[in-house]
Amino acid sequence: MLKVLKAGLYLSIQDLGRFGHRDIGVPIAGAMDVESVKKANLLLENDENDAVLEITMTGPTLQFDTDTYISLSGAHIVATLNNEPVDNYTVIKIGKGDILSYGRLEKGFRGYLAVKGGFQSKKVLDSRSQFYPVTQAARLKDGDEVPYEETTDYTPKITEVKIEEHFENTTLKVYKGPEFSMLSDAQLTEIFARPYTVSKENNRMAYQLSELITGHSHSMLTSGTLPGTIQLTPAGRMIILMKDGQTTGGYPRILQLSEESISVLAQKKYGDELKFKLV
Amino acid sequence: MKSYPISIKPFGERAVLVEWPEKVSESILADILDFMDAFKELEIPGWEMSVAYNSLTMVYNKDHIDFEETKNMILECQEKQAKSKTERVQHLWTLPVCYDLEFGMDIEETAKTLGLSVEELIKQHTSHQYVVYGIGFLPGFMYLGGLPPSLEIPRRAEPRLKVQKGSVGLASKQTGIYPQDSPGGWNIIGNCPVDLFDPDKEDPCFVKVGDKIQFESISKAEYELHKIEGEVGIYEPEKVVLNA
Repeated sequence: MLKVLKAGLYLSIQDLGRFGHRDIGVPIAGAMDVESVKKANLLLENDENDAVLEITMTGPTLQFDTDTYISLSGAHIVATLNNEPVDNYTVIKIGKGDILSYGRLEKGFRGYLAVKGGFQSKKVLDSRSQFYPVTQAARLKDGDEVPYEETTDYTPKITEVKIEEHFENTTLKVYKGPEFSMLSDAQLTEIFARPYTVSKENNRMAYQLSELITGHSHSMLTSGTLPGTIQLTPAGRMIILMKDGQTTGGYPRILQLSEESISVLAQKKYGDELKFKLV
Repeated sequence: MKSYPISIKPFGERAVLVEWPEKVSESILADILDFMDAFKELEIPGWEMSVAYNSLTMVYNKDHIDFEETKNMILECQEKQAKSKTERVQHLWTLPVCYDLEFGMDIEETAKTLGLSVEELIKQHTSHQYVVYGIGFLPGFMYLGGLPPSLEIPRRAEPRLKVQKGSVGLASKQTGIYPQDSPGGWNIIGNCPVDLFDPDKEDPCFVKVGDKIQFESISKAEYELHKIEGEVGIYEPEKVVLNA
């Protein structure tokens, strides 16, 4: 078991997501920054869909009760194992009773902790990703325990990799969304000619942007939405749906983020700047 | 039956949006469901589909897709659909609603705004069958169509931060049930004790798109009984096969 001594801002179990249940309104959930999760799992020779912990901004304190191996990825958050510093993208041996503590955030917004074999919490609708009310809680709290299997005899093929972080990027690649054609020339210029900043309203459901563009009075019937769908409200607010985002919506879907750009955006926080590039 | 014209748009790297004429219509919905049945018969693993009113979002979970190739596959499927029509089983569900003031905190004000008595409002709300045009927004949330114009009322000026699970609301042309606690701006007229989403059940959401819903007014005592029956897992909502 991994014991959560302190959960930090927002700590949750995530795999790559819950697929095949959109038709009953279940969002896919899953890790916000899929790129980082895949790298962490790859280092441990895990399946890429094995469940990891997603750590948001301020880190948790976690204690392991059996031997295993872990790897950290994503945001650069100062981390120590029994008070000794540990780095992202290395295979770290864990002994019984070891304590992993996260401190200050240096870069990015969401860190990942993968364990050899993946965390073994109960699957609900084919996934371990926490999303209330599909799972009983949306996130982990102090005192929670997360199961994993003991690993004592493992020789990693690679112990460390140098990674060029995908999230240093500030340009998000977008495709035309289903209602792209409703945008006026003026709106198009506004969207692509200037940078935007992430507003305080940013979470696993959606990221809102601080700056407004010219509004609209386009009305439409409710229709499907996906992670990465950029909706435009009548007031001119751009809302980018993320992994816990609703499966349907009534605002025009003007743009659609590339999947890689969803991982980039997942590492942005309040006040960070970004630009759009149409592909 | 002749199929409606459709338009197919790319929607990111692994999805397409298929749109039928932009109307809320039972025959368009039937055409979408026919298309879905024909597509499912192709048995291509990895595709998931979700319908909302006049549109179908098709997502390929396995990989990125080639838009032109996918578009042709969909058009071919639509041709095939016109030839072979599958029989679908659809249900009319009777869902109990307690319109007591304890749950329907807006019912008096809503009735007043609509120029009806509370009894008339309940009578009208329970005397129509509503078509399920989609499930989305929240797990188990049904988009219902067919509300009589006499019950159309704008959303509340200020949304509530928390609307209780099971709350039955009215908002413009829609009526519906909140399947979980949620912020919401609908006018709340009652509460339905039936779980519309239960991830522990083999079928977490018993209602399907294309089914119909009729509400039945129940007393507070019946509400409590259904609630307990639901908790111990012995409550089954009443259903009738529509196209038997």
